[in-house]
Amino acid sequence: MSEYKMIDHTYDVVVVGAGGAGLRATFGLAEAGLSTACLTKVFPTRSHTVAAQGGISAALGNMGADDWRWHMYDTVKGSDWLGDQDAIEFMCKEAPAAVIELEHYGVPFSRTEDGRIYQRPFGGMTTHFGKGIAQRTCAAADRTGHAMLHTLYQQSLKHEANFFIEYFALDLIMENGECRGVIALDMSDGTVHRFRSHLVIVATGGYGRAWFSCTSAHTCTGDGGGMALRAGLPLQDMEFVQFHPTGIYGAGCLITEGSRGEGGYMTNSAGERFMERYAPKAKDLASRDVVSRAMTVEIREGRGVGPLKDHIDLHLEHLGPAVIKERLPGIAETARIFAGVDVNKEPIPVLPTVHYNMGGIPCNVQGEAITRVNGSDKVVAGLMAVGEAACVSVHGANRLGSNSLLDLVVFGREAARHCARVVKPGAVHRTLKADAGDEAIARLDRLRQAKGSLRTADIRLELQRVMQSDAAVFRTGESLNDGKRRLARVFASFADVRVADRSLVWNTDLIETLELDNLLGQAVATMHSAEIREESRGAQAREDFPNRDDQNWMKHTLCWVDARGSTRFDYRPVHLNTLTNDVEPIPPKARTY
Amino acid sequence: MAEFRLPANSRVRKEGRQFKAPAGAKNVRVFKIYRFDPDSAENPRLDSYEVDMDACGPMVLDALIKIKNEIDSTLSFRRSCREGICGSCAMNIDGKNGLACVSACADVRHEIKIYPLPHLPVIKDLIPDLTNFYAQYASIKPWLQTRTPPPPDGERLQSKEDQEKVDRPSACILCACCSTSCPSYWWNSDRYLGPAALLAAYRWIVDSRDEAAGERLDELEDPFRLYRCHTIMNCTEACPKDLNPAKAIGEIKQMLAHRRH
Repeated sequence: MSEYKMIDHTYDVVVVGAGGAGLRATFGLAEAGLSTACLTKVFPTRSHTVAAQGGISAALGNMGADDWRWHMYDTVKGSDWLGDQDAIEFMCKEAPAAVIELEHYGVPFSRTEDGRIYQRPFGGMTTHFGKGIAQRTCAAADRTGHAMLHTLYQQSLKHEANFFIEYFALDLIMENGECRGVIALDMSDGTVHRFRSHLVIVATGGYGRAWFSCTSAHTCTGDGGGMALRAGLPLQDMEFVQFHPTGIYGAGCLITEGSRGEGGYMTNSAGERFMERYAPKAKDLASRDVVSRAMTVEIREGRGVGPLKDHIDLHLEHLGPAVIKERLPGIAETARIFAGVDVNKEPIPVLPTVHYNMGGIPCNVQGEAITRVNGSDKVVAGLMAVGEAACVSVHGANRLGSNSLLDLVVFGREAARHCARVVKPGAVHRTLKADAGDEAIARLDRLRQAKGSLRTADIRLELQRVMQSDAAVFRTGESLNDGKRRLARVFASFADVRVADRSLVWNTDLIETLELDNLLGQAVATMHSAEIREESRGAQAREDFPNRDDQNWMKHTLCWVDARGSTRFDYRPVHLNTLTNDVEPIPPKARTY
Repeated sequence: MAEFRLPANSRVRKEGRQFKAPAGAKNVRVFKIYRFDPDSAENPRLDSYEVDMDACGPMVLDALIKIKNEIDSTLSFRRSCREGICGSCAMNIDGKNGLACVSACADVRHEIKIYPLPHLPVIKDLIPDLTNFYAQYASIKPWLQTRTPPPPDGERLQSKEDQEKVDRPSACILCACCSTSCPSYWWNSDRYLGPAALLAAYRWIVDSRDEAAGERLDELEDPFRLYRCHTIMNCTEACPKDLNPAKAIGEIKQMLAHRRH
């Protein structure tokens, strides 16, 4: 163990992850005068927020009358009534200020004729509680994530935030159920860094790479979720995985929902605009889970396009070159590169593709992580979570497009504010135990020296194939139990992993193995949570339980996964109450588009 | 005086390891990849990998990942989004800088040679040290600077024409293909800002909302920071996002010339 040089650091707050949520929290903390360290395994602008395309939603009303209450209604309905209404109220009410703040930071938003921020229609976004189509999604062409992330990084530079770049977070440092800090590996030289802090904010994003086909980056391995599970904490609502309707067939690269917002639509092999049947009002702009299911049914029933009849066509030809050039230049290029298609002349071949994880570390509106003890919620002292890694829950069983970029900045900012409220700058830190982090180093060393017979890449591929087939758009009890069995074998096989690179310098073999360890736990949580939930809601579609069952299942699933891959469950109520009297709760009703 | 011979410990040994394709592979291509092991005292070398392209995706990154997954898991390179927006996988492919994830193997003839971005310190294999590149970006203060307070409850207005001026320059992904393709940057990267940082400076100079154009231009007006640009134009040629840093630099020079009169 002495092979690993250990370096100790102390900060008021440590943020793990430098995507949209992590950066917004980081410079918010720096602005508040708290000593802050942001650890990130990639250079901040490489974080997957950069790939977000369509936009960030807020009821600014630049393209027609709008109201944050309509946005809240859409979000609650989009969540299929699993979202917590107090948190959703907070997010939708804060949205206009959050977007204006971004513009004040310099985000190069696209503009309307009168110089205001351009807003486009997006899935599930309506006016007057479902009556009209809202133009609520603020956009910077079709690279809004890129525009936002770069601007947030620029603000971090302005506020002189402390970054530890290409540091891989290994584990949370827990002491009697309280988070005392985090331990990380400097990828450039193999030194181990122990960060002691009053608060740790996990902002590590989602775990899309547990599936074979996903729009996610290779780096989307949910490292924060893995750390939480190893710390004995539960993850919430892991069964809810969003399949984005339009990933490019084959490559899996994202084609923004904004393409349908600008007027694009999909057809089957009969040339029919089939969404008119499944969602008569919203059609192609129905909520993502509805659209993905519709596409999957069309393909199942033999109306897919192509020689294998296994995908769907997305048409943008009728939009005209001017609109495509101004509003959708990025995806025109992506379609050309990855599908060989000129979007002005031909449709893009698309397929529902894993895109977002509604589940994550359960937390409240302030970002404090929550666990459950003796049937009640308990805040995990010292730990917070924001962004896709968290589950507040504002997205419930299904997220509306353009609500994620909003989630990042609203809750990133709120997390910083919360820290500023509870941490006195320079407050004294309690000593860490001398052996704090030893378990993490032991795991690191065990994996670095791993001499098994299975390559990391092979175990990972097997994991991805199991998830792709058994944790798919449509699920049955049988396929989920099958999935649990197959997953158990993959999980067990990890004990036989081999790492060929023994180096302490930029050991990507080791890093990918550590990431796989994180993916495995979350995959188990997902499969088991899906099997135990005997209803269909939002993105969970059970063919054996096709209806929503509010009586028995309007609750959040909490799942613990232990080191052997065994799970245990508990539940938390959905907050049907609102935050303030500014708005009445939205009572559950049937969800149609 | 520019040196045209690499320092002794940087010279690439041509005798690297050879990896053959599996038996029965019909569509085989050879990848010659720069390898550098920081733990050994050896010079970098070129390893040769035969890849069955019938069992591989079309992009250079697909081949790199296949080689790492199936042949040699020690091969190290940066990658993330695989769709050309994050900038992680910038490297020198067939003599040209580009992103491995959007560079098609089919566009290269014969053997595909893969090197790290030119003239940067190499940490390991295809992973360069970008510290100086990032520091140069930070040095031009790439954030909105204003004196006028923003409107209290709305966005600053900006016309479509003004937004268009920043649209392409702000689309830069900081991949470093441009700066590391510039011979002038090779020779003077400690003092010449290079095309990426200059494009970023330009992005803020022409943003109608920014009020520090004068100061920004003052900072750039320097024989090294800006004027090592000799309009070589490799930058615009190399940019995988079809941006035009050379033009932006030209316009900065023009702005400086105009304000003297």
